[in-house]
Amino acid sequence: MNFEWLGRQSDNIVFLLGWHVLLAVTPLILGLLIALPLGWWAHRSRRIYPLLVGVAGLLYTVPSLALFVLLPLVLGTKILDPLNIVAALTIYTVALLVRVVADALDSVPEDTVQAAKAMGYRGYQSLVKVELPVGVPVISAGLRVAAVSNVSLVSVAALLGIPQLGSLFTQGFQLRFFTPIIAGIILCVVLAMILDGLIILLNRWLTPWTPKVVAS
Amino acid sequence: MIKFENVTKAYPDGTVAVDGLNLEAPTGKLTILVGPSGCGKTTSLRMINRLIEPTSGTIYLDDQPTSGMDAALLRRRIGYVIQHAGLFPHRTIIDNVATMPVLLGESRQKARMKALELMERVGLPASFAKRYPWQLSGGQQQRVGVARALASDPAFMLMDEPFSAVDPVVRAQLQEEFLRLQREIGKTIIMVTHDIDEALKLGDQVAVMRVGGKLAQMATPSELLTSPADEFVADFVGRDRGYRSLGFTNSAGTVTVSEEAVVTIGASAAEAQSKATGAWVLVVDGGRKPLGWAQADLIKGELKREHLNLSGTSASSSGTMRQLLDAALSSPSRRGVVVNEHGELIGTVTATDVVKAIEAEPHLETAR
Repeated sequence: MNFEWLGRQSDNIVFLLGWHVLLAVTPLILGLLIALPLGWWAHRSRRIYPLLVGVAGLLYTVPSLALFVLLPLVLGTKILDPLNIVAALTIYTVALLVRVVADALDSVPEDTVQAAKAMGYRGYQSLVKVELPVGVPVISAGLRVAAVSNVSLVSVAALLGIPQLGSLFTQGFQLRFFTPIIAGIILCVVLAMILDGLIILLNRWLTPWTPKVVAS
Repeated sequence: MIKFENVTKAYPDGTVAVDGLNLEAPTGKLTILVGPSGCGKTTSLRMINRLIEPTSGTIYLDDQPTSGMDAALLRRRIGYVIQHAGLFPHRTIIDNVATMPVLLGESRQKARMKALELMERVGLPASFAKRYPWQLSGGQQQRVGVARALASDPAFMLMDEPFSAVDPVVRAQLQEEFLRLQREIGKTIIMVTHDIDEALKLGDQVAVMRVGGKLAQMATPSELLTSPADEFVADFVGRDRGYRSLGFTNSAGTVTVSEEAVVTIGASAAEAQSKATGAWVLVVDGGRKPLGWAQADLIKGELKREHLNLSGTSASSSGTMRQLLDAALSSPSRRGVVVNEHGELIGTVTATDVVKAIEAEPHLETAR
């Protein structure tokens, strides 16, 4: 490890880290927002469920690099536009979370849903006030997977020259110099752990009602 | 009043769950729908608050047809209790109970105050207010379910097997408390159960339904026992209906109660033997409350608690023939213990005394 190099490059590394966070977290939030209605739809209709979950699974198998290259053709963006990365990772997040949201809503006890309806909750009130809150633990478990996956997928964008921590890898390989590679790996792992921890905390804050013996 | 007029529920595959049901649940009374599984009792109940829409026919709530109402607004007028309580796992007990008032637009603070009152009413300590449903036992959850249904003070209540998911001891306790509560609040209630004993115990009137969704008989519990409409009802009510109908016959003043000599704990073997009739002597505490029977010739030295046989039940002097007869039959001395309303001994009766009193009655009079 060349700490002197790290010291000199610290401004640049912070800049790359900032982009990495932005490119990983924005799709996470967008993906969740899109997956909520889609997952609700899959939950409501037994015929739609296999279709949506199937398509989502297929999307997830498309290699990320291929998606990064293909998206500009579809979106009409420039190949170096960070928007491509955001769009691609949003697709992956949606692919992961559609099933998660559907399963979260399925996990709400039938008695509870029936009681809400029988007490006079309208459909949307029951969804917002009962079903989604009760489904939070399942959704946050899925969100944790998506967050970690996004952090690692963002690095691939380095091959297109979009700045983020992956750029440290390409730089290291070109210079045959290990310091940036190790720094990049450590920062990626730390970032993934921090995001994961934040989701765990958020989940705890949203679900004070879960039995304490179950670790989330 | 809740009224069914020619209500039918048929499914597209041809199954008829409820077939031309006509039924009236009078205001302030507890009407029970009972029958074997597949008789359409739960379907009938759920058609009242339109969780299931009838295929044809009309259901009236106080003479207004429910079909024209907004379903959500209709449901907010009706309390609903289900088998496993169906509490909201993410809300505290107090907020579960406050659900309906909040939904109806009351402030959270006011709704919570009302909820606290109701919790006390159904026998839940205020310390439970901040707990979550998973921290409560099944019986406690069911109490919360009842409190939640009552929170908006609805005129009507629907109960779907409310006491069937708890153990028999808790069930009996919940049933007793619920009867007491209903005597205070006088709601118009329709309750579904598959348990005929529960129906006979709780119902002001009982509607027996048969498979295929038809009403077999609608009658008071004692009428069902003494004059079942047909073989199906007779069979469903059960083989020991003669004995059970005694549960609706008041015994007060008709059975001769004999005096019984008693001893207290610590009595000498000689005293016990002199007081015993046959082999057994009745043991009471200082306040003449019966403790149990002791076999006099087995006592060595003085009478101790371990000499007590506790198998006998005791009957209240104002109780039913069934309680009296059971007290006599369950007693090891074959003499049934009769107590007053404070639980103090009056005397004993034999099964023969009770049967004589039953035979002397022209008809089985109803206690209700």
